[in-house]
Amino acid sequence: HLATSLPLPSERDHLRPRIDLVVFMIDIKSKYSLKNVETSLAHVDASFFLGKVCFLVTGVGRVNACSIETNAVCKLGEAYCSPVLFCELELEGIRVTTAQRLLRMLRICAGHIPGVSALSFVSLMRKSYDD
Amino acid sequence: ENADPQKTAFLLRKAWTLYSVTPLYRFHRTRLRDYARLLSAFVAAEKQKGLAVEVGVELDIKVALSSLGDLRGSEQDQAALLVQLSSRSRASSRSSEDKVVWSGWFCSVFGDDLSENVPEDFTCLPLFLAHGAESYTSLVGSWFQKTFDCCFRRLAISPLNLSWMVAMWAGCKLDRVASAVELVFSVPRLSQPLDISYAIHPEDAKALWDTVQKTPGEITQEEVDVFMDCLYAHFHRHFKIHLSAAKLVKVSTAVASAHCDGIVKILHSQYLPGVLMLLTELAISQIQ
Repeated sequence: HLATSLPLPSERDHLRPRIDLVVFMIDIKSKYSLKNVETSLAHVDASFFLGKVCFLVTGVGRVNACSIETNAVCKLGEAYCSPVLFCELELEGIRVTTAQRLLRMLRICAGHIPGVSALSFVSLMRKSYDD
Repeated sequence: ENADPQKTAFLLRKAWTLYSVTPLYRFHRTRLRDYARLLSAFVAAEKQKGLAVEVGVELDIKVALSSLGDLRGSEQDQAALLVQLSSRSRASSRSSEDKVVWSGWFCSVFGDDLSENVPEDFTCLPLFLAHGAESYTSLVGSWFQKTFDCCFRRLAISPLNLSWMVAMWAGCKLDRVASAVELVFSVPRLSQPLDISYAIHPEDAKALWDTVQKTPGEITQEEVDVFMDCLYAHFHRHFKIHLSAAKLVKVSTAVASAHCDGIVKILHSQYLPGVLMLLTELAISQIQ
């Protein structure tokens, strides 16, 4: 399910399936997308930040077009205890790999992988990030 | 050759195309006249091969290399190197003056980050600025690349860096009447390209920057963000357009103007070192 901002319209609440993972997409070429994500974050229930939220930064291939400091996004990830992934949607290979990565994360968050919970997975990711 | 204060005046008010240059190997400042001769011969040889540089008129290209001792930041910086191509038309009389058809200069202003880490035989002049026909730039560039084993790359300026520039330059104190602060945005993903030009009265821009900047002489990313956010918010209030979603492509102030394709124009001599320092930093980060 794709949305341009949060909160989601309440009229469809009863029709909506359970949400297992929220991916916030930030376009490195658009300062507006970062601001949008920052305001949308306020509408997410705190329980999601136990491994069911991740930030996806797109457009990183074009370093000369960036309007956002990557430091700012990493700080956001730290503040919300959620991983930050970087990708370039214009390159098919990276697009496919990123989609696969997100799918793997989604399967963990939905409880499909026995023995791995969303929370344990995100703390694993955080350890390797800090190294 | 000695530096001439008048020489720096000619650098102003010209549109310079920017390049980053890797360190030059075995460049000797004592051999400038030799280099000028070699480059001259190279240009003449390329012209013989039929690489048309000027259509129509027969031109003799004269090459001059000189050092601009004033253009540096610290003692660690190399003095700037100026290359000029001038022509004298064979058809005109002996008394006619040489006309400069192309100029390019290498410089380093506080480029210690780079020069600290290079071995002895290398000369660091990471910023190159060219003005004149692209064909001459490419001739001079190839000669330098072949002779000193260096590499030229066009220096692009990201919207992030452009916003630093506009914040810094809009805040500069100027004694004469300043021109407007202008930001040009390009709107992506439309069927017809759309450019938005946002002009701000220079006094308003400076007043805004003065309220944002906490420590004079120091600028932080947060202060630049606040400055830009105020400008975006003001624009949104009036036009309901989020400029933060568009791409900042050009900034103009009374001090200098810069375009994302790596083209700058410096308008005020007082701030020439400051502008060059910022550009040197960008060039070095592109090299590293």
